[in-house]
Amino acid sequence: MNTMQKVENALADSEIKIGARGVQVYYGTNHALKDVDVDIADKTVTAFIGPSGCGKSTFLRCLNRMNDTIVGCRVEGQITLDGEDIYAPTVDPVQLRARVGMVFQKPNPFPKSIFENVAYGPRIHGLARGRAELDEIVEKSLRRAALWDEVKDRLTAPGTGLSGGQQQRLCIARAIATAPEVLLMDEPASALDPIATAQIEELIDELRSAFSVVIVTHSMQQAARVSQKTAFFHLGSLVEFGETGQIFTNPQDPRTESYITGRIG
Amino acid sequence: MSVGIITLIVLAIAVGGFFIGRARAMSLVGGDARKLHSLPGYYGQLVLIFAAVPAFAALILWLLVQPMVIEARIGALIAPESIAEGSTRDLVMSDVRRIANGIDQLVAQQVLSEADLRTLSTEQSDLRSRMADVGVALGSDVVQNVFEAAKEYRRISIFARMAMAAVVLLLAVTGAVFAFRRILPDFRARNVSEASFKVLLIAASFVAVLTTVGIVLSLAFETVHFFRLYPAKDFFFSLTWNPQFRGGSDLGIAPLLWGTLYVSFVALVVSVPVGLFAAIFLAEYASKPVRSAAKPAIEVLAGIPTIVYGLFALVTVGPVLRDYFAAPLGIGSSSSSVMTAGLVMGIMLIPFVSSLSDDVINAVPQSLRDGSYALGATRSETVRRVILPAALPGIVGAILLATSRAIGETMIVVMGAGAAARLSLDPFEAMTTITVKIVSQLTGDTEFGSPETLVAFALGLTLFVITLALNVVALVVVRRYREQYE
Amino acid sequence: MTPVQSPRRSLLTVDARTRRRNAAETRFRAYGIIAVSLAMLALAVLLYSVFSNGISAFRQTFIVMDITLDSAALDPTGQRDPAAMAKVTTIGYGKQIEAALVHALEAKGISSAEISAKDVSALISKESPAQLRNIVLANPALLGSTIHFRGYANARIDGYFKGRVSMESAVRDSNISPAQLQLADKMRATGLMEVGFNWGFLTGPDASELRPEAAGLGVAILGSLYMMLIVLVLALPIGVAASIYLEEFAPQNRWTDLIEVNIANLAAVPSIVFGILGLALFINFAGLPQSAPVVGALVLTLITLPRIIIPARASLKSVPPSIRDAALAVGASKMQTVLHHVLPLAMPGILTGLIIGLAQALGETAPLLLIGMVAFVRDFPAAPPEGFFDPASALPVQVYNWTQRADPAFAERASGAIIVLLVFLLVINSVAIVLRRRFERRW
Repeated sequence: MNTMQKVENALADSEIKIGARGVQVYYGTNHALKDVDVDIADKTVTAFIGPSGCGKSTFLRCLNRMNDTIVGCRVEGQITLDGEDIYAPTVDPVQLRARVGMVFQKPNPFPKSIFENVAYGPRIHGLARGRAELDEIVEKSLRRAALWDEVKDRLTAPGTGLSGGQQQRLCIARAIATAPEVLLMDEPASALDPIATAQIEELIDELRSAFSVVIVTHSMQQAARVSQKTAFFHLGSLVEFGETGQIFTNPQDPRTESYITGRIG
Repeated sequence: MSVGIITLIVLAIAVGGFFIGRARAMSLVGGDARKLHSLPGYYGQLVLIFAAVPAFAALILWLLVQPMVIEARIGALIAPESIAEGSTRDLVMSDVRRIANGIDQLVAQQVLSEADLRTLSTEQSDLRSRMADVGVALGSDVVQNVFEAAKEYRRISIFARMAMAAVVLLLAVTGAVFAFRRILPDFRARNVSEASFKVLLIAASFVAVLTTVGIVLSLAFETVHFFRLYPAKDFFFSLTWNPQFRGGSDLGIAPLLWGTLYVSFVALVVSVPVGLFAAIFLAEYASKPVRSAAKPAIEVLAGIPTIVYGLFALVTVGPVLRDYFAAPLGIGSSSSSVMTAGLVMGIMLIPFVSSLSDDVINAVPQSLRDGSYALGATRSETVRRVILPAALPGIVGAILLATSRAIGETMIVVMGAGAAARLSLDPFEAMTTITVKIVSQLTGDTEFGSPETLVAFALGLTLFVITLALNVVALVVVRRYREQYE
Repeated sequence: MTPVQSPRRSLLTVDARTRRRNAAETRFRAYGIIAVSLAMLALAVLLYSVFSNGISAFRQTFIVMDITLDSAALDPTGQRDPAAMAKVTTIGYGKQIEAALVHALEAKGISSAEISAKDVSALISKESPAQLRNIVLANPALLGSTIHFRGYANARIDGYFKGRVSMESAVRDSNISPAQLQLADKMRATGLMEVGFNWGFLTGPDASELRPEAAGLGVAILGSLYMMLIVLVLALPIGVAASIYLEEFAPQNRWTDLIEVNIANLAAVPSIVFGILGLALFINFAGLPQSAPVVGALVLTLITLPRIIIPARASLKSVPPSIRDAALAVGASKMQTVLHHVLPLAMPGILTGLIIGLAQALGETAPLLLIGMVAFVRDFPAAPPEGFFDPASALPVQVYNWTQRADPAFAERASGAIIVLLVFLLVINSVAIVLRRRFERRW
């Protein structure tokens, strides 16, 4: 199987990028995530799967502290990026998010031009010294997101005028323009048609060469196609975490097996 | 028969008709409502609607038309020589009405019989003192000519009253009988009743259109009248405003327009930053308890009537500005000033700007905020670079609406800005506005037909056109904006 | 292709740029806090100003004394015939009061030798003789007896006890002298004068320029009440009917669009323009009387209608379509669906909008000025419906009226009247809030 081949290649040269130990998340009194331990490797695609409401998106949002913006959300335990605790009191989430980018379920381009959408991150973080450098960053990011050829003649057109798949690739370009090390993707293809989905999946596979990619997905086929490692969440707990091939062919936990064979979820 | 009694009788006929109609429908099918096309109540409703609606419509129409017809007929009876020096036809007409009213009272108290009245003349009796006895005060002795007019007025009024009662009651009965006779088991009473009801709904929604038509017509009519007496060119381009009692007035709108714009500008300079920042803070920063305390407090400002702000300007802000600011700096000695009115109006507009801005800021989808935060933007960067540009059309609309409010505001400028028409840049000087002059020209003692009074209508029309333009642009902008995120 | 690389630093140290950005963030937040505080401060200063100026209007200085009513002077014919007694003017009653005051001063042992008799009687309000006259005419049997009379003191004396007039200002004031104030002090010490709650401020009619102490809000409150009644009766059915038509029945065409834009625009047309409409249409064209509550109410209804229709439509719109579908599916007609299901569910919202619209109408001033409600009205309007056509004042207009008068005592009364207005508004809006809390529904 092609996927299996890829996994083996990928796992060979991976190192730990994000480490999570004993992560608990509460929304008010609701214990949404229970005691999660995960190591996410660099230059790898890690997929989080599980039924709706299992906590996979919640966990994803912990990794760049997007949960900070939700009132009443409390995170316990330890999450490290390159060995540094991202919840340490001295850490500014603004700096963290520049290094851990995120792409959302529904494409959410700003109501600005395509260029301004991509340039937004570099501008606020001051990554470019002058217009030429900014142009270069924008072009590189759009190329990397496989969108350059489609939009290079209309960079000043509004980003909201693109098709759904293009919008999502624009959002990916926007995320990688700040040169993050990790890319978090929250069901990035669930609002797209099959062709756009295929393009995004292809893109994710390419992004693996430069970033650590974490993807939350509903579709087990998608997880199997794009990821090298897979974590299965159920009812707020991490049930099983391992190589994608092993999870899908030989799950250790009966709950994982039930889910991938379609009995729960 | 008074209007109140007629109303009651028509209501009685209508309500009685309802029960009779319902009973009739039931009796036609021998008490088995299932054999009727509609529920029995609808047959009753039908009778009610046919009895009440035409009758009341006629009543209202009559009440509106009758005074006009009578005035026209009586007006012709008053000889020009019986209009005293310094008086007007209108004043004499109101005397006629009061005398007629006095006669009514004399008759009612049986001091005077209808027969006496016919022979009574102003020479023989001291009508004025007799009127005074029944509480009708007259300014001068009654002239025979006017007295005759009053008697005629009374005669026509009594006749018209009776005719009205007859017509209205006849309509009510005819309507009821008409509807009653059409009641059959197969008759689609519900459809007819609902259709009639729908006509009423449509009529109600027309009131708003009629209001606008009324505003435009009444303003335009008198404005044309004004421009016949005073050249339109001078009104729009003359730089002086100096109304005189005895003609020869300068009635240029420029100083008033300048005052209006100046005060509005000061008000916007106060209200837009404060209102906008307050909205941003409450929408993006404030915790729930802070928001739920501060938002109603700011909205209280919106619920306070403008007369309160006017008094605030008059007794507090004006004197404070003068005594602690303008006078020590030697830049003004008047407590009414552009600054006073502008500042207070600015306070009044804060909740207006902030609640409209709050709406448009909240309409920006959360996904845009998430997108920005996920890129590592701070809150203020997200607000300034994502939310405000996205909400800009809505905010512009809000500011335009606020401008329209500021330009049309009356009580604050009447009590805070002053009455002197002036083209000056000094904000601590008293200036005046279009609305102030509308009030002063229409509540003053000048004659109604004079250009000094009629100019108020031209000012009103100008005001209406300016605010209309601002409102329509603002509404279109805001509507487009909402559609964008719906 | 290599990613754009910027030098990575540890997450645990905050770099200079981030510090700068965070400082900007703090400043921005501070602007917001300042803006909210400014708005709250303005509200606080406004309310403080009104209350500190106006609360004293509810207290008034009275002269309290016994008056023996001289039947010879007040009923020359001796017949106790009301018509004949009415011929005695207030001057006659004034003499009675003056005599009684001199008598009372002597009885209390207060010497008023250094003040002329005219100055002594000037302590009493010019309204008091009229008050006494009304008491006597209402009950002629009192003649010849001694009654306990409580009449207004002159506004300057009242101002002295409230701190508005001082010995220093009295020196310069031609209406009052320090000697009179000293006498007033003595009278207060001996109980001839007292300061108490002034019901007359709430129930009495307006008074002339020279008698601010007697000016009351009775006619204005009644006039406002009449207008609100008519506005309620007209605006509720018309507003609800128009909203139902536009929201539930109107076809989507340009005509409907025009009505909608028109209503939205009318809600933003300056209220003074409605005043001009009222003057031109109801008074000049239809010949309705000036200063009458009915005219004011018609104008206010036109102002209020769009302000009611807009929230009413929002309220109808918020009823989910599934309710309509459910009713239509059991065979109800469109009209039955609306009247039986949609309207009752939307009613709390509609009523809330109506109440808020009424509250705004209650405070509306400018249009009423134009239809002649600024006139000085002392007589109470009759009972409705005839009273709707009698001249009356209105609360906000009365405030304006008083601010236009010279005597500073009227400024106090204007603020006092504002307090009354605000209390009414508070009550009305509380009803709206309770209604919304009680019946608010989330779908």
